[in-house]
Amino acid sequence: MAKQKRKVEKKKIIQALPFMLPSFIGMLIFSLCPVLIAVFLSFTDWNGLEKLNVQTFTDHFIGVDNYKTILSSSEFWTVLLHTLYYIALYIPLVFIASLGIALLLNKKKKGTMVLRVLYYIPVLTSWVAASLIWKWVLSPKYGIFNQILGIVGISGPGWLTSEVWAMPGIVLASVWKDMGFFGLFLLSGLSAIDPTYYEAAKVDGAGRIVTFFKVTLPLLTPSIFFCLIMSLINAFQLFPQVQIMTEGGPNGATQVMVERIYTYGFSYFKMGYASAYSWLLFLIIFVLTMIQMKLQNGWVHYES
Amino acid sequence: MNRKAKNRLGDVGFYIISIVIAVIVMIPFFWMLSTSLKSKGALMALPVQWIPEEPTRDAYAQVFKRFPFLRAVGNSIFITVSYVLITILSSSMAAFAFTKIQFPFADGIFKLYLASMMIPTQVTLIPLFIIMNGMSLTDTYASVICPSLFKAFGIFLLVQNMRSVPNDFIEAAQIDGAGMWYIYRKIMLPLSAPAIATLGITTFMDSWNDYLWPLVMLSDKNKMTITLALNSLNGQYATEYNVLMAGSLISMIPIIIVYIGANSRMKSGIMVGGVKG
Amino acid sequence: MKRGLAALLISTMVLGLTACGGVKQETQAETPQAETEEKMADDSGNGSADVAGGEEVTIKYCNFNASGGNEETLAAMYEKFHEQYPNITVDIETVAYDDYFTMMQTRVAGGTAPDCYELNIENFASYASKGVLADLSGADTSNFNETALSAFNVEGTQYGLPGNFSNVVLIYNKDLFDQAGVSYPTDDWTWEDVQEAAEKIRSLSDDIYGIYAPLTYNEFYKVAAQYGGSLLNEDKTEFTINSPENLKAAQMMIDRVVDSNVQPNEEQMAGMGDWDLFESGRVGMITTGIWAFNTFKDACDFEWDICVEPGGTKKATHFFSNALVVNADSDKKEAATTWITWLASSDEAAQIRIDAGWDLPAIKNQEVLDDYLTITPPDNKQAVFASLNYLTVPTIIEDYSMMSDIITEKLSEAASGKISVQDALEQAQAECESSINLK
Repeated sequence: MAKQKRKVEKKKIIQALPFMLPSFIGMLIFSLCPVLIAVFLSFTDWNGLEKLNVQTFTDHFIGVDNYKTILSSSEFWTVLLHTLYYIALYIPLVFIASLGIALLLNKKKKGTMVLRVLYYIPVLTSWVAASLIWKWVLSPKYGIFNQILGIVGISGPGWLTSEVWAMPGIVLASVWKDMGFFGLFLLSGLSAIDPTYYEAAKVDGAGRIVTFFKVTLPLLTPSIFFCLIMSLINAFQLFPQVQIMTEGGPNGATQVMVERIYTYGFSYFKMGYASAYSWLLFLIIFVLTMIQMKLQNGWVHYES
Repeated sequence: MNRKAKNRLGDVGFYIISIVIAVIVMIPFFWMLSTSLKSKGALMALPVQWIPEEPTRDAYAQVFKRFPFLRAVGNSIFITVSYVLITILSSSMAAFAFTKIQFPFADGIFKLYLASMMIPTQVTLIPLFIIMNGMSLTDTYASVICPSLFKAFGIFLLVQNMRSVPNDFIEAAQIDGAGMWYIYRKIMLPLSAPAIATLGITTFMDSWNDYLWPLVMLSDKNKMTITLALNSLNGQYATEYNVLMAGSLISMIPIIIVYIGANSRMKSGIMVGGVKG
Repeated sequence: MKRGLAALLISTMVLGLTACGGVKQETQAETPQAETEEKMADDSGNGSADVAGGEEVTIKYCNFNASGGNEETLAAMYEKFHEQYPNITVDIETVAYDDYFTMMQTRVAGGTAPDCYELNIENFASYASKGVLADLSGADTSNFNETALSAFNVEGTQYGLPGNFSNVVLIYNKDLFDQAGVSYPTDDWTWEDVQEAAEKIRSLSDDIYGIYAPLTYNEFYKVAAQYGGSLLNEDKTEFTINSPENLKAAQMMIDRVVDSNVQPNEEQMAGMGDWDLFESGRVGMITTGIWAFNTFKDACDFEWDICVEPGGTKKATHFFSNALVVNADSDKKEAATTWITWLASSDEAAQIRIDAGWDLPAIKNQEVLDDYLTITPPDNKQAVFASLNYLTVPTIIEDYSMMSDIITEKLSEAASGKISVQDALEQAQAECESSINLK
């Protein structure tokens, strides 16, 4: 019996091997190797300028000092809190926005093709251009956002110049930029739903709302799960928009994990420290993702 | 009659909502366009000129004047197309193996793949550069293209998609004597066409807009991509926003064309899927 | 079927991994050809180029200073250089400022740094202390301005040459001064005179401010010097950020924002840059670099002029320069040094630089510099040279960027009214002491 099983396993491996080979080789060279080097570096005080070679590890080895310093610094926890704050605002907003877009574009109406292009334009814009645009949009006195709020009679906040409102401002810009991206995945999930399910629901006399919750949403869960994991990973690595829009300010209110990692590695020349920082970040993301993977059995439906 | 009227009302609602969202999405884009048509002096004028008082094509002329534009576009197209093709092939193959061949360690390897996305690229930049240098790939197109062999994002996307394909199809084909290659090509690829098109456009955009990695790897001017070329417009003290915006707009055009193309692929994909299903 | 799979695999691999080798060969074949073409073009331009001596050598030079509009000027300089040194070919790479240092650090750590390159002063400090720069003591520095040269001398070793030269002056909006009925600033003004004028201009309108001086580390160390203070003791072993002189300087800077509000706070700035503010005619005075002249010339539709920056108890003016350095690992150090020395200090290069209105060369030769005076506005261009008499050079320490970030952050906290100026300096002192190890 066990022999039988091993035989099947062997056959499976032989079957899978050619399909896995390209990505696996790529992974070894372009991902695993650099990552392992970075692991070693996190135990050193390498400055990121001296030539990196095998000796670097022995010359600069300092054990777990970097980790100790980071975990005992108040900065790490503040920065983590900022990151979590961003995630708490960003993920629900981007989900509602992208699901709305996907549902809207899934309608077979005239002009949806044009709308698809329009809604995707923010995704196509580079962060350099997008950040500049948003700095203007959120400009307290002359920005269009506060001007519109003014019409409704609300006097808008200072956005990027205010410690309280800078992070929400960055969230707004990020949602604007990313909603088309996740909308696209949800849309392709929606369009993959077999129309026969809808017909069956119609026959059963289900209304629109019932159909949405009983048919559309469950069948969309694989796409939603994908977007959830991806948005979480990306949100933890929030960086370019912060760098261009606020540079971590005002008064450090928008300092986030990767922004610190970049600053330590490339501005303060403490690459070992930055490596340790990113391992802590990795650990957090990994644990959260694995929890998601475990939980998915409860709500993600892969087959009808 | 009543139903028709209701439908029409639904139509009106649909278009109103769509247009409102479209406007919100487009305002910043419009600002980009407007900035690109301004002269240097009008850039910071107060009150803000939403429509430039004296529109000028100067900025666009500058973009074409400053660097070998066609050469850069050619490089970008070569790099990006190779990148996208490799990503699609390699990712779809891996995703197929993960979902439809229950091989041992598949779960562990998949988690390893996922985990690779969680490390900030900022700390792997120098190590990866050293590996590329070790393979003497610095200053080659290959150094920019090769990383496409492994795109965890693409594999994850296609795994999510292929998981939804009922195993019955595979089993039925296997009973008919079809091999894995046949199943991959004739069943899985057509059924995943919408997801592959999505992956295609996303990868295209990533590769087209990629900046830091090509900057680090490529130093030969003849290999410069359009994104690299456009960024060289930033100076130490001043940035000419009008030229920058004009350049950004020009470099968006190819992506928009590809996006429209990919969109029609997504539709035909559904058709194939519908017939098969 | 098997064949199909094999074909697919092969095609993926060919596109991917094996292509790496293939593309490499192709490009290698391409480069020499391009070079020959270049050489041929040079030769035809030169008539009969005689190789005056020395081996044929090609060096790589990387810079950011020419990006954003001066690439052609740099190319013109190189052409001149190549006429004089036909045996030295320079492969110039110009990269935008924003990611230049990330790229350079990666290449340096990866062992593929160019033979010579440009660094800003913040990064120069770190690079010099980490042994990646060559000692340039052998370079012919006779033509350089000595203060500028000394900025890149770290504990007796010349690690860099001043590639260009900028200082900071007080730029003022004449129209606003006229409207407020204040006489124009002169070279012997102090900050008290400025305050008086600024208040009068501020009262013109709610949207108009008296002065803008950045609340940053760079501004602070200079103003501190104007009050006789400094950030470190003389032998750079201790921080002196919270000294009484420094407090006086910081208090004056912050009071402008939180007390008299002649300078806009962050919120009043509304996300605009300081130059935008000046260009839109909404600020009377601004302390900024002479590199603003070209931009202001195009963008300002009012009259403006400059004067030497006012001082506190004494005068002190900024000096900014980018360093040209040679890679310690380069095997063509001599040629690289020849090129950067020529680029930074030869009269020919200086002339081209000034004619293009790029920036100032850090040289002694007043004759070449005189041409600079004829380009107006500003009318009082003499003030640029007058400022040279009071130059303060920033203190170079290994953790320059970190020190500068800490101080800037504390100053802006004080400017937002969160903490007192005294506390800001105390905290900055404590933070610098705990996180920076002065050797």
